[in-house]
Amino acid sequence: VSAAAATLSHAGPPLRLRQRRIERLTGWGFALPAFVLLLLVNLAPLVVLLILSFTDYQLGAISTKFVGLDNFTTAFGDATVRRAFGNTFLYVLIVLPGAVIGALVVAVLVHARKRSRWVYEIIYFLPVTSTLIAMATVWQFLLHPELGPVDAFLRLLHLPSIAFLSDPRWALPTLAVIGIWQLIGFNMVLFLAGLSAIPRDLYEAAEIDGCVNGLDRFFTITLPLLGPTLMFVLITTSITAFKIFDTVAVLTRGNPMGTTDVLLYDIYLEGFQYFHTGYASALTVLFLVVILIFSAIQAYLVDRRVHYG
Amino acid sequence: MSAAALPVAERTPAGTLAARFAGLMLSHAVLLAGAVFMLLPFVWMLSTSIKPPADIFTTQLTLWPHQFAGVENYGAALSKAPLIRFALNGVIVCAGILVVQLATSIPCGYALAKLRFPGNNLLFVLVLLGLCIPVQVPALPLYIALAEAGLLNTYFSLMLPFFLSVFAIFLFRQFFKGFPDDIIQAARLDGMSEFEIVWRIVVPSAWPAIAAFCVFSIIAHWNDLYWPLIVISDMNLATPPLGMMMFADAESGSSYGPLTAAAALMTAPLMIAFLLARRRFIEGITMTGVK
Repeated sequence: VSAAAATLSHAGPPLRLRQRRIERLTGWGFALPAFVLLLLVNLAPLVVLLILSFTDYQLGAISTKFVGLDNFTTAFGDATVRRAFGNTFLYVLIVLPGAVIGALVVAVLVHARKRSRWVYEIIYFLPVTSTLIAMATVWQFLLHPELGPVDAFLRLLHLPSIAFLSDPRWALPTLAVIGIWQLIGFNMVLFLAGLSAIPRDLYEAAEIDGCVNGLDRFFTITLPLLGPTLMFVLITTSITAFKIFDTVAVLTRGNPMGTTDVLLYDIYLEGFQYFHTGYASALTVLFLVVILIFSAIQAYLVDRRVHYG
Repeated sequence: MSAAALPVAERTPAGTLAARFAGLMLSHAVLLAGAVFMLLPFVWMLSTSIKPPADIFTTQLTLWPHQFAGVENYGAALSKAPLIRFALNGVIVCAGILVVQLATSIPCGYALAKLRFPGNNLLFVLVLLGLCIPVQVPALPLYIALAEAGLLNTYFSLMLPFFLSVFAIFLFRQFFKGFPDDIIQAARLDGMSEFEIVWRIVVPSAWPAIAAFCVFSIIAHWNDLYWPLIVISDMNLATPPLGMMMFADAESGSSYGPLTAAAALMTAPLMIAFLLARRRFIEGITMTGVK
């Protein structure tokens, strides 16, 4: 045995050195295609975007010059942009409680079901896989102020018709309800994963300690132990809601009276319809800043979970 | 187990039993009410897609039409819009994106997880940074580049921003980290190249993560509207959401029968796939969601 060990250690250093070199070369080789793509598709465009945001560049324009912070000062002074920010945040504020609390309630109830669990899982998850643009068209008809079933329901309750998508008071909340409809199943699945990680004996122990009420159990065990999942779901839902675009583009196009003009739709119009590229770049930078703030909060929370969890 | 359950059962007189039953009913009531909200659009879509105009343009609500017009509506949808073409475009774009994503991110994830090379940490930081950047951010510069190169209105332009998935790299790195080093070392001593180790040993063991990512990627790109809307104006290259939007615009909301038929056809492939592979879909979303 010692002789074998001696030969091994004797042959060791050059072999290990050769292995190191191979590892280094394969490492670079394996990472190279992804790195080049990352550079071309992500990082270089990011740098170009930052530069463009300080110019008055317009696609197809003959001359371009640096304008310093003009685009940003214009954006901050622009009533349309301020309204777009306001609408987007309002949308997030409506979607967030609906899609998070709603999903939490559904997940807790579904988790307790044994035989019927799979049926509910399918039903609630169905909208996640559906093509939102196609379903938006269906929603439009569903909410039709004369022909839709929602209107028929209102009539049944002797309530007046509501022009959900063309009444300035209702349009944004209506889009938010469609957003909640699409997000609930996704969040439910995340909460279910969190719930199944909670040890069963904790509930039995709590029951012996006199915690017999379902609500008691929820607030003393489920909610605290679900904390990290809840935080994660809150942030991802905020980011997804902040990126609202599809339903606006298909259903309202910012109307009625600008009440559904959201940030990404504004960027889309400025950048790809009016070709105010420089200005749209500045708006995109502002958009990115908000996303990065959300991501930073998430990173901070994930970090805390690693240390104390 | 049964000893632990006994005291609970003992403390269950008729009163609590009734309370439990009421709780059960309440829980089903809440879940069913929610289920109606979730299913209503799908039911209404299918119902409308088989109704003749007479049953649609009336305040009299019926779920089943007086006269079955499914053939007319689906026929009209298929003849008025190249729906098969949209679906085919969706398949081509999703497949192209997925193949390149897997081919680049699997080796990169392996390198980050298992190989020591200078720049490893820097690359990982860049990947984490990339995770925070949504596609709407590089969209303007990429659009300019594609326009300058005369590549707008091509399959390539539809796929370009998504060829690299930092998320896939991140996911695979985390997954490969857990792969035993001993097995890799043994394979090396057997004379296997690193290339063979990745594709013949590590990849088969990472099947759940790869399947999860495939589900995630296909759902995302089949349903994406923002980018196709920017680079495609040729209806023949439209993906399902863009095609649906063009079709809805052309019909300007008047012919609900064919419109809902088209919606049903465009959303059917993913939904059928989901119903067939429910576990995979839900695992996929859980894995990709929890990160």
